[in-house]
Amino acid sequence: MEKRFIYCDNAATTAVSKRALDAAMPYFCSEFGNASSIYMHGQNAAKAVLSAREKIAGILGCKTGEIYFTSGGSEADNWAIKGAALLGKAKGKNHIITSVFEHHAVLHTCEFLEKQGFEVTYVPVDENGLVRPKDIEDAIKDTTCLVTIMFANNEIGTIQPIREIAEICKARKVFFHTDAVQAVGNVEINVKDMGIDMLSLSGHKIHAPKGIGALYCRAGISLPNLIHGGAQEKNKRAGTENVPFIVALSVALEDACSDIKAKQERLSKKRDRLIDGILKIQQTRLNGDRQKRLCSNVNISIRGIEGESLLLMLDMYGILASSGSACTSGSLDPSHVLLAIGLPHEIAHGSLRLSISDETTDEDIDYILETVPKVVDRLRSMSPLWERICREEGLVGTI
Amino acid sequence: MIYSEKVMDHFANPRNVGEIENADGIGEVGNAKCGDIMKMYLKINGGIIEDVKFKTFGCGAAVATSSMATELIKGKSIEEALKLTNKAVIEALDGLPPAKIHCSVLAEEAMKAAIADYYTRQGLDPELYVGKVSHNCDACEGCK
Repeated sequence: MEKRFIYCDNAATTAVSKRALDAAMPYFCSEFGNASSIYMHGQNAAKAVLSAREKIAGILGCKTGEIYFTSGGSEADNWAIKGAALLGKAKGKNHIITSVFEHHAVLHTCEFLEKQGFEVTYVPVDENGLVRPKDIEDAIKDTTCLVTIMFANNEIGTIQPIREIAEICKARKVFFHTDAVQAVGNVEINVKDMGIDMLSLSGHKIHAPKGIGALYCRAGISLPNLIHGGAQEKNKRAGTENVPFIVALSVALEDACSDIKAKQERLSKKRDRLIDGILKIQQTRLNGDRQKRLCSNVNISIRGIEGESLLLMLDMYGILASSGSACTSGSLDPSHVLLAIGLPHEIAHGSLRLSISDETTDEDIDYILETVPKVVDRLRSMSPLWERICREEGLVGTI
Repeated sequence: MIYSEKVMDHFANPRNVGEIENADGIGEVGNAKCGDIMKMYLKINGGIIEDVKFKTFGCGAAVATSSMATELIKGKSIEEALKLTNKAVIEALDGLPPAKIHCSVLAEEAMKAAIADYYTRQGLDPELYVGKVSHNCDACEGCK
């Protein structure tokens, strides 16, 4: 089979769509005015920002004034969590609840706040990668000012019981924030209907450019200013608006959310073919709940091999994927997400994440299913660990 | 993190992969928890390393450093092989990213462990010839 180029790392980032790019283009060179300027050229830019904000608010089911543009998901997470912490502190509340397998934008922010004297409870997740609402309920106390739980996990794609958690938070009068960076465009989200107080989203995961995102913050929550300066974003986040990217984000979000049900149906078929096909390799396991899972996410651990070498070899075949091994996490430990669902280090090192999009064709899936076993076979044939596993457990053959 | 072309070449086409039946010395270092294990097999005749093979579980650098280490000691005397340092392996590969230096340490240790095993099989005290061999990479916090 001919070598192909198959981008299967859409949870890392996505290509900018033609529609998003086309929508952004006029605001670079011709309609380049500053949205704060009074003349028509500036007001056109201001109108574009307003209309993008209206569009996004409409999609998320909130008011226009509840959308704040940021540089991306990490900034939105930082703002929501530190902001809610400061609001809490002013009322004598210094306790935050999150989960052990959040994105680092949330975890490291919480760790920072711990150093500042806040108390943080990291609730565990079950072996399927799901937060138990009961754990949140039990962890809430009088001093709790914020619960922040991701909508869907970025590595194993598990969709959390957000509605239930939001209900608990509402009943206990605690702010609820969710990092929805991976969920937006893959799951239907209506913030009012679901009772979400704050939500972070990122553009580059949904075919908008890198460097743009948004925070939804319910009216009535007066988040402290993030960047002091001009009057942009209701005085809360100063800095001249990135008009082209804001416009691109609104268009990309519109496309991503236009027909989520149909997209889920299309993608989950492909996802399931990948999962079933790769699980045919012996000594593999699917990480994360099979049902409560993003339609785009495949995460499988393959015993006896290490993730980075798997990715490098797949890259030689033109398949671009990701892993939770220590070597790819940039630390000595494998992914905190895989450890959180109870995988031993040895098995976490050998994980493979494929995140598909509508660009992924059935032929791509055929090619991946043909290539992965070949690559696994080759790596296992040179792995002393696999040799030991086979000897100790009486397994035969490489695949 | 970017690998040199040499590292990628040794990863894509590793030299001396496999096992040696009736090897005269076998060394295994590293552990599964840390994500790398190297196993080296030596065929030694008259003090010369006539053949060397390896098997590695680990990242691209782990495979490449084992491959390069086997190339550097094949056909050499034991004395010469024992002079091989992880630095020489790194240089021969045109460098390694900082986070991957421990892989080259592991390759050196695997080779030494295999030579130590050879001496043990000869009924000799390996420490006299090879010194102390660490079976875990000292650079790796996970092993401590």
